[in-house]
Amino acid sequence: MKAFRHVTGRAAVLDRGDVDTDQIIPKQFLKRIERTGYGEFLFFDWMKEPDFELRRPEYAGARILLAGRNFGCGSSREHAAWALQDYGFEVVIAPSFGDIFRTNALKIGLVPIVLPADTVEVLMRAVSDGSSLTVDLEAQQVAGPGHLVVEFEFEPFARDCLLQGLDDIALTLKREEAIVAYERSHAAAVDTTALSL
Amino acid sequence: MQPKTLFDRIWERHLVAEPEGEPALLYVDLHLIHEVTSPQAFEGLRLSGRRVRRPDLSLATMDHNVPTDEGPVTDLLAHRQLEALRRNCEEFGVTLFATGSGREGIVHVIGPELGLTQPGITIVCGDSHTSTHGAFGALAFGIGTSEVEHVLATQTLAQRRPKTMRISFEGELPERATAKDLILAAIGELGVSGGVGYVVEYGGEAIRALSMENRMTVCNMSIEWGARAGMIAPDDTTFAYLEGRPAAPEGAAWEQALDNWRALAGDTDATFDRELVVDVSGLVPQVTWGTNPEMVAPLDGAVPDPADYGDAAERAGVERALAYMGLTPGTKIEDIAVDRVFIGSCTNARIEDLRTAAAVVAGKRVHPSVRALVVPGSATVKRQAEEEGLDRIFTGAGFEWRRAGCSMCLGMNPDILQPGERCASTSNRNFEGRQGSGGRTHLVSPALAAAAAVAGHFVDPRELEPVA
Repeated sequence: MKAFRHVTGRAAVLDRGDVDTDQIIPKQFLKRIERTGYGEFLFFDWMKEPDFELRRPEYAGARILLAGRNFGCGSSREHAAWALQDYGFEVVIAPSFGDIFRTNALKIGLVPIVLPADTVEVLMRAVSDGSSLTVDLEAQQVAGPGHLVVEFEFEPFARDCLLQGLDDIALTLKREEAIVAYERSHAAAVDTTALSL
Repeated sequence: MQPKTLFDRIWERHLVAEPEGEPALLYVDLHLIHEVTSPQAFEGLRLSGRRVRRPDLSLATMDHNVPTDEGPVTDLLAHRQLEALRRNCEEFGVTLFATGSGREGIVHVIGPELGLTQPGITIVCGDSHTSTHGAFGALAFGIGTSEVEHVLATQTLAQRRPKTMRISFEGELPERATAKDLILAAIGELGVSGGVGYVVEYGGEAIRALSMENRMTVCNMSIEWGARAGMIAPDDTTFAYLEGRPAAPEGAAWEQALDNWRALAGDTDATFDRELVVDVSGLVPQVTWGTNPEMVAPLDGAVPDPADYGDAAERAGVERALAYMGLTPGTKIEDIAVDRVFIGSCTNARIEDLRTAAAVVAGKRVHPSVRALVVPGSATVKRQAEEEGLDRIFTGAGFEWRRAGCSMCLGMNPDILQPGERCASTSNRNFEGRQGSGGRTHLVSPALAAAAAVAGHFVDPRELEPVA
């Protein structure tokens, strides 16, 4: 995972609640076996609508997405996080996230930031003219036009992983002894190889 | 000793490590794999020179993008993805139930029917409907592809301890209401994000009275209101379902397992972070009218009016949903005509679902303006239905009888809605475009889907014309 410390850039506003991962990346694009190249299919059906928010010229090249509550609900498809990142987003700010989406985002270095709904609204208004935001994960702050500064909470371990770009599988494999000890003291409940045809 | 919930017991028994300031490391007893969310995970293992740590705790099947008519996979991308799964399973030694093996099917249907899904175990899969397996008193939840790779490599998952919630469904479910109606009505009440951050235990008289397959329907839709997992304490219904299944313990091991499973249920004085009681004695069949599962109304109700919503954001959402669905406020649910009917998915494609639907359509005909599809949840369900003659009831009424797969639940295979087509579906998501770009989905129970196929619109199955 690529390390993330801070980003300054345009913020796009998608002020809708319960945006599901089926909208973020529709199913016809899940047949690919690669991890990259999903950006051009982001919000594929909505992008066809002429007045879809993300098509506004002032949001071109946006690196931050301001979204409504429960963003990324629904399907577990990590392709949704891949598509947002591939499109150019590095941070998504919303009042809440779907659990699986939030985890997927953290695993690939797309930073999901939770802020109260009224704070997200303040940020949405602040960038409506195309102004930039700065998101600083180290300082846990979002800064906007004028003297707008908002602090956010972030789970310390997840923050460290992002700041250092840590490979979480390598981290777990350092606990090999604990895993082996667990396996020695707990009999397996199932054996799928016994079902082989 | 501190009283414990079912969740507490399973969580504590699966702790591999609890490092200070980090998420807990949880052992995974069963990892289910399918073609769509696994190729990048296997590729990650290859790139870093890692192996699958426990192939014996992993099982793969083909379900999401397989065609359900007889004949080869003609979609080249789907073909490439299915072949990738075959190659990956061979290379890493994972058992695969491929299409045509006779044991394939929707991953959440085959786990339980093989007896792999057992009380007290942890189950993950790169699919959000993994919550289905919680019906057995397992801790089961969906994960993304990065986590799939993590489980393949380590057989563990780093997890923050979630909050817990209990919902007690009290009262007796009226005869015309089903498990699907129970969970749809609950989601309508609690909202699509009401469960975010929680593992939910479903209990109460109405849940205890449900069959295993109906309990799976309830737990299946946990993710539709945002819950991390849903679970039901195992009881004699659970044990009776499991006994004799291919992967269930046998002989002395079965007796030992029963002792362990009986000790799993939570202490009566255990507390949850949130507790709710829902009375189901007045429950009626439910039909969704919008573009997420909380947008639901009783069968005898009507499409809502956005003007009745005080909150501006909510009103905008309802307006958008009605525009997408092509519905006018005030329209009676029973007056909504459908073009397509889909009976299938991990929510409602098990044998009992097919029996219920077949009982409704027996001796009747699918309405001339409707195209109706039955897709059994697994090759085993299909075989059993054919032994019982259900396939002939369906085809005799004008339904198409297909091979097992996820099919039109998400339309990754050729089974999709055309733009503007309206479908009564037994699946779990009515999101925009879910069943095909521009398609309009109404979520219902198998009984209501079957009745809609015959009448051409939503109707109480009891009101269908009797067979002459």
